[in-house]
Amino acid sequence: MSVKIKVISRNPEDYLRATKRDIHKLQRNYDPSLHPLEGPREYVRALNAVKLERVFAKPFIGSLDGHSDGVSSLAKHPSRLAVLASGAFDGEIRLWDLASRKCTRHFVAHEGWVRAISYTPEGQQFISVGDDKTIKTWKSEIIDEDDEDPLNTLLSMSVVSGISHHRSKPIFATCGEHCQLWENTRSEPIKVFKWGVDSLHHVAFNQVETNLLASCASDRSVILYDFRESGPLRKVVMELRSNALSWNPMEAFIFTVANEDYNLYTFDVRKLKQPVNVHMDHTSAVIDVDYSPTGREFVSGSYDKTVRIFESLKGHSRDVYHTKRMQRLTCVKWSLDNKYILTGSDEMNIRIWKAKASEKLGVLKPRERTALNYAEALKEKFSAHPQVKRIARHRHVPKHIHNAQKEIKTIREKNKRKEANRRAHSKAGSVPFVPERKRHVVKEDE
Amino acid sequence: MKKKESVRYFDIEENKDDQPKETNQEVKVYKIKPTARLLKANKFKNNKNSTQKRKPTEKEKKFPGKAPINPAKLENYSRGEGFEGKGVKHPLYALKLKKKENKHKYAQKQASRADILLTEDQGFLEVDEDNRTTGITQKVIVDNVDITAATKAFELNLDFGPYQAKYSRNGRHLLLGSNKGHLAAFDWITKKLHFEINVMESIHDISWLHVETMVAAAQKEWLYIYDNTGTEIHCIKRMDKILRMEFLPYHFLLAAVNEFGFMTWLDISIGEIVGHYNNHMGRTPVMTQNPYNATICLGNSRGVVSLWSPNVKKPLAKILCHKTPLTAISVDNRGMYMATSGVDRSLKIWDIRNLDGPLQHYKLRTAPVDLEFSQKEMLAVGLGNIVEVYNNCCSQTAERPYLRHNMGKSMKNFKFCPYEDILGIGTSHGFTSIIVPGSGEPNFDALESNPFQTKKQRKEAEVKALLEKIPAELITLNPNEIMEIDVPSAKDKMEAKKNLLYVKPKKVDFTPRQKKKGKTNIARKKIIKEASRKEFINQVIEAKKILNEPQKENKPKQSFGVLDRFVPQPKSKK
Repeated sequence: MSVKIKVISRNPEDYLRATKRDIHKLQRNYDPSLHPLEGPREYVRALNAVKLERVFAKPFIGSLDGHSDGVSSLAKHPSRLAVLASGAFDGEIRLWDLASRKCTRHFVAHEGWVRAISYTPEGQQFISVGDDKTIKTWKSEIIDEDDEDPLNTLLSMSVVSGISHHRSKPIFATCGEHCQLWENTRSEPIKVFKWGVDSLHHVAFNQVETNLLASCASDRSVILYDFRESGPLRKVVMELRSNALSWNPMEAFIFTVANEDYNLYTFDVRKLKQPVNVHMDHTSAVIDVDYSPTGREFVSGSYDKTVRIFESLKGHSRDVYHTKRMQRLTCVKWSLDNKYILTGSDEMNIRIWKAKASEKLGVLKPRERTALNYAEALKEKFSAHPQVKRIARHRHVPKHIHNAQKEIKTIREKNKRKEANRRAHSKAGSVPFVPERKRHVVKEDE
Repeated sequence: MKKKESVRYFDIEENKDDQPKETNQEVKVYKIKPTARLLKANKFKNNKNSTQKRKPTEKEKKFPGKAPINPAKLENYSRGEGFEGKGVKHPLYALKLKKKENKHKYAQKQASRADILLTEDQGFLEVDEDNRTTGITQKVIVDNVDITAATKAFELNLDFGPYQAKYSRNGRHLLLGSNKGHLAAFDWITKKLHFEINVMESIHDISWLHVETMVAAAQKEWLYIYDNTGTEIHCIKRMDKILRMEFLPYHFLLAAVNEFGFMTWLDISIGEIVGHYNNHMGRTPVMTQNPYNATICLGNSRGVVSLWSPNVKKPLAKILCHKTPLTAISVDNRGMYMATSGVDRSLKIWDIRNLDGPLQHYKLRTAPVDLEFSQKEMLAVGLGNIVEVYNNCCSQTAERPYLRHNMGKSMKNFKFCPYEDILGIGTSHGFTSIIVPGSGEPNFDALESNPFQTKKQRKEAEVKALLEKIPAELITLNPNEIMEIDVPSAKDKMEAKKNLLYVKPKKVDFTPRQKKKGKTNIARKKIIKEASRKEFINQVIEAKKILNEPQKENKPKQSFGVLDRFVPQPKSKK
């Protein structure tokens, strides 16, 4: 009788590391019968991942202090991540090195406010406008003493309250009483756009469709211009005035405005009659807005002392940043590497935040990367589970915000109830359902 | 030739190419300006056709691409049927689901391709066609395997009465506990003793906890926990008179049932009891866990197997398996089969997922003492002094055992050693370990359980396992329930609507209408009876009419000639 026998017999050398400096051998077998209870285990992992995300959510990196009055405006350098220019209410401009968090240069540029600053496309110069009706061009880097003086000073006939530079041409737009287009070399505006007797307080060039620019006016309207044409294109009138405007850097036809009525509105240029989306959550007027370079998200700063981050397709914010000492926000910027958020506020500080609150700064090792990717996938997979959802959504907000949120909720409910009552007691169809998106736009003019 | 009802621009061109000239006259000619878009679409279509024709065969290719995957292996890693592209409201969602499905398929392929990296092969035992493996004794096996494997078959002669044996989860350590209080733990491969004590009480059951540094022993009164030096670290008086216990490693629960039918689940990571109630099943000396969903299977003296979770105070399911008291239950690793045996000497295999009638029914010589599934689904059956191991006995009827081993002494219990081809038997005089080729999983997953774990790895794994402790609430019959979509019932939807502001929900009565299926009520029966009776009467009348009429005709009429008009006429009905 011949017998063939094979029995499991493992040589330990194949499974143990040879020396202490070696890494441990890790044999894997993906047979599902060796990995029971896959569902519940993944659920627990997802729950842990979402808890850890909240534990590590420490978005505040640091503050830049030095201004002796509230920060009125910020400007990003177009090609250097570490450079930031800021202007204050006392007319001072400061340049910062973000890497070392130090001020590299400071000087008084204007009498009264510095209304806005804008870098030229190459980043060699920046232009500032102030309450003293001047538009000054400055050199970014000082080599000799003469460089400290402005390169060029333009005198405007009327007040100037905003500036925005063209993506590539040496053309910039300012706003005030009218929207004016300037060329670097000329002392007179090359073009003036007028529509009514309003005053404009914010202007922004589209960085993709570079001929387009938009401005916010004090008569509650947002006006679109094409700088090749002689007059403005269109305007949309809202219920309350818009404070700031930001173009989506990825979708040229989309822009978002920060409005006084606590909301932000995303518009499509092709159809201004109703916004694409209404972004709610702020509890006071929204002062400034800036898109991330990916175009997927934007940041907004509000008079309620909080910074909120919205996903551009969603109606509610994904995160809210606040500190005890931060006062009313005046300006926000999203850094061009999509990692940081810079905010300037009333109480003289510029703050640096992480764009993703729980992100680890610095280099990630491959295993860390895969672990984070796995956690991300799990969070997404179980995101609809009530426990996971609750933890992921929970944010602590200051008491005044909490109370304001409650108040706004009550008001909204009251209005809803009133409308429902009115609808119930009047002729069918006489009180129509008006969608939220249509409520806030008064009219569109051509 | 078949004529097409609607002709499209690209059809025309094709026809021109394909058809011979005489049929050309039948072709309708449309005046279509060749716009850029049309040309592009047509070009694309032509390209598509031409590439299909030009596709080289497998042999022609210089580099044949990825190796084909064995479909059986692919099936092993399958996640179910998946999405078929129907029943989705919006095409965008269909596209998203399709993409997800592709990812699942890719993962399945990659997992089955990773099989190539497995280093060890499964054991086996083969003999000539005219011989049987049943006759092969342990001596033959031991003589024919290598030295290291041969040392794994050994016998321990110990004095303190019937012994129970349990292997740790990675199969490296062995715990022995005797009825007379002898408790010992050792690394059975290197034969290094961890501790050996006598607790001076009877030990009813023993269990390893999540790591090999802690063991639990159910003693005469209470449950004790010892560390790997034999020091008593806990005495749990809330769990008394324990009969049987099982440790659920992913939940960190020690499940136990006591003399009086009280079931207890102790969370050993926080020392809290998460479930404690009486099962009202009487004394249940047979207990096992279903590793697939971490439920507890209890067998009682009435032959009923019941499945339990700590959340529900009633059994999740009950099956009458035997008409006699149960002697043993075992559930296989994948949670598919359950083997039960009763004192009626029968052994039944059940599909534990649908609990529908036994799949197999065996009659044995004596009533089994214990049953145990191995990792590769071999079933060990203890019959008095003899252990028989059956191979492939679940999906088909096994004619004879794969292996038989006579020990010459009675046994208490036995366990297959995980990741080894070993069956360890606790006997009345110690412990015997025998070799069963092909019973164990040859390739372990080091992140699940690693026989070659170092101390540091063990500590790391313990922390990881504690972080991923599954809450006791998730013990259900279907463990994947949590990954499925929660579809709200109509009632839930209405409840949700009620919570909405200023919406008046419709009033719906959710009490089900009592339809008596198969039963007809008396009134209806009466109607049917009446109807049939009336029909019968009508038929009779009709028949009578037919019978009567010719009689009338047959009756000769007396004729009076002209005076007939004075004969009285029968009154016509009005």
